[in-house]
Amino acid sequence: MSSWFHIMILIPFLFAIAVPYIYKQLTPRIHTGWFVLFIPVLIFVYLFAFIPQISKENTITATVPWIPAYNINFTTHIDGLSLIFGLLISGIGALVILYSIFYMSKHREALHNFYVYLLLFMGAMLGLVFSDNIVVLYVFWETTSVSSFLLIAYWYEREKSRYGAQKSMLITIFGGLAMLAGFIMLSMITDTYSIREMVSNAADIPSHSLFVPAMILILIGAFTKSAQFPFSIWLPDAMEAPTPISAYLHSATMVKAGIYLVARLTPIFGGAAEWFWLVSGVGIITLLYGSVNAVRQTDLKALLAYSTISQLGLIMSLLGLGSASLYYGVGNDSSVYAVAIFAAIFHLVNHSTFKGCLFMVVGIIDHETGTRDIRRLGGLMHLMPISFTLTVIGSFAMAGLPPFNGFLSKEMFFTAVLNVSNMSVFNADAIGLAIPVIAWIASVFTFVYSMILVFKTFRGKNKPEKLGRDVHEAPIGMLISPLVLGSLVMVIFFFPNVLSDYLLNPALHAVLPTLADAGELNVKISAWHGWNTELFMTLGVIGLGALLYIYLKKWYRIYHLYPDNFTLNNMYNLGLEKMESSSKFITERYMTGFLRDYLVYIFSFIILVVGGAMWLFDGFSFDPSSDAPANFFELGLMFAMIITAITVLFSKTRLTAIVAVGALGFLVSFFFVLFRAPDLALTQLVVETVTTALFLLCFYHLPQMKKEISRVRFKAVNAFISIGVGVLVTIVALAANGNRLFESISSFYENSYELAGAKNIVNAILVDFRGFDTMLEILVLTVAGLGVYTLIKLRPRRDRNEGAE
Amino acid sequence: METLMSILVGILFAIGTYLILTKTLLRIILGTSILGHGVNLLIITMGGLKKGGPPLLGIKNLTYADSLPQALLLTAIVINFATTALFLVLSYRAYKVLGTDDTEQLRGTENE
Repeated sequence: MSSWFHIMILIPFLFAIAVPYIYKQLTPRIHTGWFVLFIPVLIFVYLFAFIPQISKENTITATVPWIPAYNINFTTHIDGLSLIFGLLISGIGALVILYSIFYMSKHREALHNFYVYLLLFMGAMLGLVFSDNIVVLYVFWETTSVSSFLLIAYWYEREKSRYGAQKSMLITIFGGLAMLAGFIMLSMITDTYSIREMVSNAADIPSHSLFVPAMILILIGAFTKSAQFPFSIWLPDAMEAPTPISAYLHSATMVKAGIYLVARLTPIFGGAAEWFWLVSGVGIITLLYGSVNAVRQTDLKALLAYSTISQLGLIMSLLGLGSASLYYGVGNDSSVYAVAIFAAIFHLVNHSTFKGCLFMVVGIIDHETGTRDIRRLGGLMHLMPISFTLTVIGSFAMAGLPPFNGFLSKEMFFTAVLNVSNMSVFNADAIGLAIPVIAWIASVFTFVYSMILVFKTFRGKNKPEKLGRDVHEAPIGMLISPLVLGSLVMVIFFFPNVLSDYLLNPALHAVLPTLADAGELNVKISAWHGWNTELFMTLGVIGLGALLYIYLKKWYRIYHLYPDNFTLNNMYNLGLEKMESSSKFITERYMTGFLRDYLVYIFSFIILVVGGAMWLFDGFSFDPSSDAPANFFELGLMFAMIITAITVLFSKTRLTAIVAVGALGFLVSFFFVLFRAPDLALTQLVVETVTTALFLLCFYHLPQMKKEISRVRFKAVNAFISIGVGVLVTIVALAANGNRLFESISSFYENSYELAGAKNIVNAILVDFRGFDTMLEILVLTVAGLGVYTLIKLRPRRDRNEGAE
Repeated sequence: METLMSILVGILFAIGTYLILTKTLLRIILGTSILGHGVNLLIITMGGLKKGGPPLLGIKNLTYADSLPQALLLTAIVINFATTALFLVLSYRAYKVLGTDDTEQLRGTENE
């Protein structure tokens, strides 16, 4: 039982592996989508079977260990909230895949890419909503960002797709990383990674000093994902993705992940004034921003994108307003505000149905007419009657009109904002009155753009000359999915309480567990609730909205008053450009391509780190007491070495320099003799002879050594660094010499005769004890030898031709 | 003796580093060679100097000089030789093909 649930989450990932093979074998005979379709259907049916259990307030938890040492386990937790999301992900996923079978041409499109990304997303999203462990949740969260990036860039040969994909990636991953930091803080506060355990200890959390930072960081993650103002700018550009993807990721599921997270964490953060103002404030601003901007769009998908931003803001603000119920604790007032949370979940479901439907219809219009530009469309009502009906259903639901489900949740939204204006906590009395006003204005704009969507596209004059093709209704297969969603819009309006009893109330209880335990939550939805303020607000929206729509041309010009330079998009572009140019500027400052500069960095770093460590830890000590005595002859050798080395430094000709370096090598071999190392002395003699010969060979080919002509500063820096290195090495050597911490381990090798049959210990170490090292040394020699040979012997063909000419 | 050797090694390091930081390829190679000598002397000095006879079991000694640094050095000398040879040939080829031995002129071109 428990493992089945994990398998359900993993199935999309596993099946994704098979998709390319299916595509390769069966294209173009059978559309790959038919094989993918059964995965979400299977998951949907499987999840559907949980409804009876969950609606009775049961929750199911199962754990598979992942990194048990760090207490990170893949724990799945099914309650009302996650089940609603699971059903949306799999249900809409199935409809979208069915739709895509007709939308994506099996002859032209790279379907294997498309369905692999889609399945990746589906699995990640399921994992996200069902994980109880925040680390696992984070991993799935970022996976949805990555799959969204891949899907937006699906037509990667288009520049706009790449731009949109990059934008969404940058913004959502930025938010994801902020969220990760918030999660880590949260786990530091509570000492657990499990959300359930955090919720059960929720009372102790607000007093912690990390409470507010953790809240803000997590909210940044939620706001970026759910396209809240000012992070919303990525969503309109994400519309470059194929329309099934826009319907699925960028309106129904992925953008709701932020909403899910806010709802999921409400028991932990809710009740705090910061949470209340941040979530509801940002939500209500987003609601207004999205709806006002949607009206000015001419591209149907852009219009829907802004409307999605606006609706997400609505849901977000409801969650914020509803969090006040946790402030009041158990009591009568709390259930008044709990209605807002209920409305949020209800509207979330409604939005997925009507917006999914609208996106699919827009996709059909695009597919059939070849354009989504409102200015080129018109009069499609008689040509595409089914699409028209579906648009009316979706748009009217969006505008909040009866008899569609949007009306119910919009009325509840008005109830929630009116409750807030009466609220006495969080200093809400002053600003509290502004919230219903803003909400109402935003609703008017929502009404206007909903009407634009219906009437500008389907009414008015048909403009076939602008389309250049015959327009007719879409094939039936393409219409099935929007028809299902459209009928759901109506069904929910007429039977809202079925949905409420089985899904919405359990979800509400998951968000507000303390109130649910007190038995105070059971919301009933009714379409008719008397002549109250909410109804008058709706009537006002319809009246003013209709007026504004009719006189759209007269007031439309106010949009041009806003300077283009100050749009969020321009700021984003400018910021990106500046970041690129300044990082290029900085990189070019130090990446000079000049070998010496890089060596200066390396040597300076060595001086800084080693010298700094010596200085910081007071590491220098000097103890010459155990030094071996030095006789006159040795002092003479040292003096000779210094002289020859300085000769190299100041030599004017190549010959002097090479001979001096050779002399240096022979002097070193003298030292080896003195230091009781006969093998070294012999090797050094041989090697030095060969090296000098090599130098002399190349001497013939290399140019005359020029006197270095460089600025004084260049030479001064070089001198400074090289003296620094020299002094440092001396200091380290002296310090090491003065403090022998361990006895030499060489005595271990003194039984070399017994073990290896060798009387020469050094040779025994090389060829016996450390034989492998020597073998690898020989390998290095071989490689160097090959290098030398190739460099001398092999020429590019061009060279040889030149030689022949 | 060890103290004096440490100072000598320091001087060799300083001269080697200075040569590596110059522009001419030949000087750079000479610098690495001197640096190599400095390293070799440093390692053997760190093993302690003249603390016994050569590490040959045939010769009757009470103590032997530390054999481990010697084994390390034997490897180091040979590898040093290999890299010096490669460096030399590389600079020879670079000069033949590119016509200069000045590292300032050997910078890569833009966006290479």
